[in-house]
Amino acid sequence: MNKRISPPYILTFFICLLLWLLLTGTFNREDLLTGLVVSALVAYISAKNLLILNGLIIAPYSLLALINYLGYFLWALLKSNIDLAQRVVAKEIPIDPAMIKVKTTMQSDLGKLILANSITLTPGTLSVDVTDDFLLVHWIDCPDGTSIEQATQAIAEDFEYYLKGFLK
Amino acid sequence: MRLIADCFFLLGALFIFLGALGLIRMPDVYNRIQAGTKAVTLGAMAIFIGLFILFPQWGAKLFIIMGFMLLTNPVSSSAIARSFYRSGIKVWHHPSKQPQEDNKQ
Repeated sequence: MNKRISPPYILTFFICLLLWLLLTGTFNREDLLTGLVVSALVAYISAKNLLILNGLIIAPYSLLALINYLGYFLWALLKSNIDLAQRVVAKEIPIDPAMIKVKTTMQSDLGKLILANSITLTPGTLSVDVTDDFLLVHWIDCPDGTSIEQATQAIAEDFEYYLKGFLK
Repeated sequence: MRLIADCFFLLGALFIFLGALGLIRMPDVYNRIQAGTKAVTLGAMAIFIGLFILFPQWGAKLFIIMGFMLLTNPVSSSAIARSFYRSGIKVWHHPSKQPQEDNKQ
């Protein structure tokens, strides 16, 4: 096995095994053995296409950062829904949308993916496109004359702070 | 127990209803995608939490479904928005305002 691409193999194996255990819900010897074999097979076949997983930082503290991020993210999701509900039921929909660019400092593809996902699910923003270091974001209530720096500060910075704990 | 689960079902149904209302009321396609994605994601999650309260033995599977929904829902809506943007659909601006310049170079 090539040393440079071994982390995706191991990660894919463990993700498959975890999914298997959660789905079967048993620890019989036969089930466990089948799961091990199938996970190894899937990891062997598909891991070379999953180099995107290289963006993960594997360290003891990264699990804590992940939980921290999930908490912040779910709170943002709840806020965005309340915000949207208020807009939808208003007599005249209070929106002033615009397409803006946001600069990201995430290095890896996986980091950009998760950041774009988070932006899509937070109040009033929808990520449309990614080019190199910039995300194209549709903002439902954009103040006039917002610069890239202001938009980055308003939309992406908080998430990046939380994501940096477990993603490159 | 039944009552708490019902509250979650009701909350989920309410959010999904608001999402559908948003789909009808919003002025252009990007705003409609926004309304659709967020409301449906949270609404479905609330329904799954209600199911988890009723049937704790399904917990692991419900958890997996929630994880996949959180991962794939925004990706698909971004993909739709991206294809609309690439095919040249313009962003709706508030009619009372001068069309503001988008800050892209």
